[in-house]
Amino acid sequence: MQGDFDALEKRLGISRRDFLKYCTGIAATLGLSTSEAIAMAEAVAKPKKRPVVIWLHGQECTGPTETMLRSEHPTLERLILEMVSLEYHQTLDAGAGHQVEHLKELSMKENAGKYLLVVEGSIPTRDGGVYCKIAGKTMLAHTVEAAENAAAIIAFGSCASWGGVQSSGPNPTGAVGAQAVLPGKTVVNIPGCPPNPYNFLATVMHFLTFGTLPELDSQNRPKFAYGRLIHENCERRPHFDAGRFAKEFGDEGHKKGYCLYKLGCKGPETYSNCPAVEFNDVGGGTWPVGVGHPCFGCTEQGVGFTKPLFSLAEVQTHTPPNAFPSIAQREDTPGMSAGAAAVAGAAVGAAVGAAAVVSTRLGKSDSDSET
Amino acid sequence: MDRRTFLKTAGAGVAGAACISTVADARPNLEPAPEAVGMLYDSTLCVGCKACVTACKEVNDMTPVDRGDGHIYDSALDLSGDTLNVIKVYSDGTAAVKDSEENGFAFEKRSCMHCVDPGCVSVCPVTAMRRDPLTGIVTHHPDACIGCRTCMVGCPYNVPQFEYDNAFGRIHKCQMCNQEGLERINKGGMTACAEVCPTGATLFGPRSMLMEEAKRRMELKSGDNYNFPRGDISKPESYHEKELEADYQNHIWGEKEAGGTNVLHISAIPFDKLGMPPLEDRSYASVSEGVQHTLYKYMALPAAAMAGLTYVVKRNKDNHDGEE
Amino acid sequence: MSHAKPLGGSIFTPAFMLCLVLFVIGMYFLGVRFMDGMGAVANINGGFPWGIWVVYDVVIGTALACGGYALAITIYVFNKGQYHPLMRAALLASLLGYALGGVGAFIDMGRYWQFYNLLLPWHMNFNAVMLEVGLCVTTYILVLVIEFAPAFLERIGAHGVLKILNKMLFIFIALGILLPTMHQSSLGSFLIAMGYKVAPLWQTVHFQPLLALLTALTMGFSIVIFEASASQVAFDLPDETSLLSKIGKIIVGLLLVYLVVRFGEIILNGKVGYIFAGDKNSLLFLLETLLFIFPVVALLSQKMRQNPRVLLWAAVSMLFAGSLYRFNAFLFTYDPGPGYSYFPSVGEVMVTVGIVAFEIMAYMVMVKMLPVLHKEAHA
Repeated sequence: MQGDFDALEKRLGISRRDFLKYCTGIAATLGLSTSEAIAMAEAVAKPKKRPVVIWLHGQECTGPTETMLRSEHPTLERLILEMVSLEYHQTLDAGAGHQVEHLKELSMKENAGKYLLVVEGSIPTRDGGVYCKIAGKTMLAHTVEAAENAAAIIAFGSCASWGGVQSSGPNPTGAVGAQAVLPGKTVVNIPGCPPNPYNFLATVMHFLTFGTLPELDSQNRPKFAYGRLIHENCERRPHFDAGRFAKEFGDEGHKKGYCLYKLGCKGPETYSNCPAVEFNDVGGGTWPVGVGHPCFGCTEQGVGFTKPLFSLAEVQTHTPPNAFPSIAQREDTPGMSAGAAAVAGAAVGAAVGAAAVVSTRLGKSDSDSET
Repeated sequence: MDRRTFLKTAGAGVAGAACISTVADARPNLEPAPEAVGMLYDSTLCVGCKACVTACKEVNDMTPVDRGDGHIYDSALDLSGDTLNVIKVYSDGTAAVKDSEENGFAFEKRSCMHCVDPGCVSVCPVTAMRRDPLTGIVTHHPDACIGCRTCMVGCPYNVPQFEYDNAFGRIHKCQMCNQEGLERINKGGMTACAEVCPTGATLFGPRSMLMEEAKRRMELKSGDNYNFPRGDISKPESYHEKELEADYQNHIWGEKEAGGTNVLHISAIPFDKLGMPPLEDRSYASVSEGVQHTLYKYMALPAAAMAGLTYVVKRNKDNHDGEE
Repeated sequence: MSHAKPLGGSIFTPAFMLCLVLFVIGMYFLGVRFMDGMGAVANINGGFPWGIWVVYDVVIGTALACGGYALAITIYVFNKGQYHPLMRAALLASLLGYALGGVGAFIDMGRYWQFYNLLLPWHMNFNAVMLEVGLCVTTYILVLVIEFAPAFLERIGAHGVLKILNKMLFIFIALGILLPTMHQSSLGSFLIAMGYKVAPLWQTVHFQPLLALLTALTMGFSIVIFEASASQVAFDLPDETSLLSKIGKIIVGLLLVYLVVRFGEIILNGKVGYIFAGDKNSLLFLLETLLFIFPVVALLSQKMRQNPRVLLWAAVSMLFAGSLYRFNAFLFTYDPGPGYSYFPSVGEVMVTVGIVAFEIMAYMVMVKMLPVLHKEAHA
């Protein structure tokens, strides 16, 4: 194994320690242990063929690719030059045109059953899917064809996950997410507009290391990233709980960083890990709410691009510490103490006893006076 | 019958008749004030954010209730000497669905109802509780108060709370943020809870307009979309549109109960489950005052009794003294 | 005019010392109340703002102090001069009972330093029962002081003043009959404003003043019997059974009126079902009724009325009945809503016990130092 790491150092130009740190970081994002991190490191270090990735683009703004370009760990060049073999990507390919399409078909044939398919952007389905064509073929056809022999399929971004902005009413092109055109196949959804690159990279690393996908929720989103509401992790949650709200952009509450619920923040009904992971690796609250704009629910179908920006969110959960007293709970309800009961009883007893004493003496004096 | 016996019987008869005739003399419920202001609390809109609880504490200079168990924020269980407004939760079974009576949960706001015919005002011996003749707001005046706490027994909602933990304590209750020194409403503002409420669950405004709004909502059914105002209903700062998820109970609490209240409640859960007391339309104050007035109005009966008694007592005492 | 004499004798009897100890303990807790607030001693809370300090010390305590009132009506309205010998002792018990009832009211006041607001006309709320009770009790205490003054004046030999007072006494006697009629009935009227919080069997609405008055009167007569019997035994006094038996007759008459009104109201308002519900309220009602009925049954026959023991136990039963009636209505069956509860704390009980102990101590001292009781037999 040591030999593998020595080769890795030469190949990637980073020390073993730095590399292990990187793997530990990724593992932490996934919620995995250190030993699993090491497994991940070994998977990359072993000098076998780099896994193949085929990346399709449909109706999209290239946002997900753009976020990936800005990742730091790994940086994009390390990812595509050292860790995976990105054999088809319309934005990053050096070549273009029929050669690139031909190479894609060759790669898919050569690596059948072993390549990772990433879908970015939605797929139009109306009128046979003519509203998005690449090299004369519809995106719909491309997707179905590529999915046929993929080892795993990842829908990267809200558009690929459920249709994104193009799918909001009236959806003239019939845009849908990847899963909708691939019945019977498992598509891992990494929604977001743009999505967090580390959600994607961590999922990919998990697959490459263990050969399996991380635990998914009912919408096939990895639970490590989409298992909780933004509302549950938001750093402004204490303000919500204490009732401190910004009412207008720029008002005092807004300047003080109060909760943005009143401005339409959809955090209470949106599942994502934005408050935890943030964006661009600069820290300091670099995510929408953190910089003062309410979340608009970009990951959530039915919320993002559907509900008006400033309409109130449904609060999905009332978890602790937001505890409420019940209707019949009162302040200060001391029960009967044994001491008090005893003293009170003694007082009553004394009164009755006194009467009894008087009664007996009355009888005596009565009989006395009779004699 | 001799004069003595007659006087005795007459005295007894007057006393007895006075008691029984009180039925006819009870006064009717008071009417709402001419420019009555109040609030409308809609339990279905409340999300339990407790902004109103915190705002109330801040505006009224009340201390947070700390239970020393890690609750950093307000953990009041109920109204108290420190808490004028609290949000309570109704829950049943699994408490999974908001505003469902069965296996659901709902929120209820507890604070002074500002009754139209307030029991506390009626029973206070030193007019420390007063109903504003124009706005109907019920205020408390600690400089007059002797701390007898009759207002506490006389309030059907158990609203006024005495500061038992303070050797020089006073009664506390919501005064619609209009007490001396604060006077938000006199200055043209609204109550703090209505101002801060994010969903418009607590709405401020003239009672008549709030009643109309409540009646409009009674007509809605689940699935309907409605534009809910926020803040002051006479000049809303904003609205938000929402689809109703639950049906309202066809009951506006405070329209008639014990003479009615200025703070109205509507909800999807029956009010007895939300902790509202079993009240009928007649206010207890009107009955109690009826009895008091029949017996003591102008001190007429006592004066008459005193006259009769003085005569009889003097006569008898002179006889006894004479016999000695 | 009177053959009453100070009994003399040692003040520091064992009974006195026991009362003194209880008094001192009570005063300690009272001190805590004034230093740290009512909550530091009493268990009153948001739903039960009135505990035993109001219900026992004021409401029941003053009813127990209605001996002077009851006898005054008998002697000066119904012209039964033969009860004179019992008057002063009854007046003393009334004076002490009401004075300490007033003290009880004062210590229960949350803002006692502003109590004078009750006396300021511009603060008075004439709709309030509490105003009537406060002013009336205060005035009555003064009346009792004046009514009892002759005993004091006799003792110090102020015959001139005594003569003038005697000429005007009839006014105060008349007041001493009017005022308790007013405030004892008003103490019952409190319950009207409490509405649903008072249990149905006790919420008689328009009949509250009448029932309170009837029970106060019967308690007044009963305390006369009790106090006379106890003094007879304690201070070796002549037997007064002949007088007391006639009082027993009055009690029976009043109780019959009370029972008719009470049960009439329950039946006419369809509340009979509550009596047999088998819950806490129904059991308390049955106990209370039993205590009311026992004196009626026991004192029905002339022969029984002439038995001093029967008289005593009937009186004691009546005193418990009237007290339980008030405890039940104001506390035991009072229900302000779910989640509230109340039971007095040890300190709370000790303050009340201390006040009662002081009353007993004062009575013992007064009868020994002032001409209150009769050493010789009276016809």
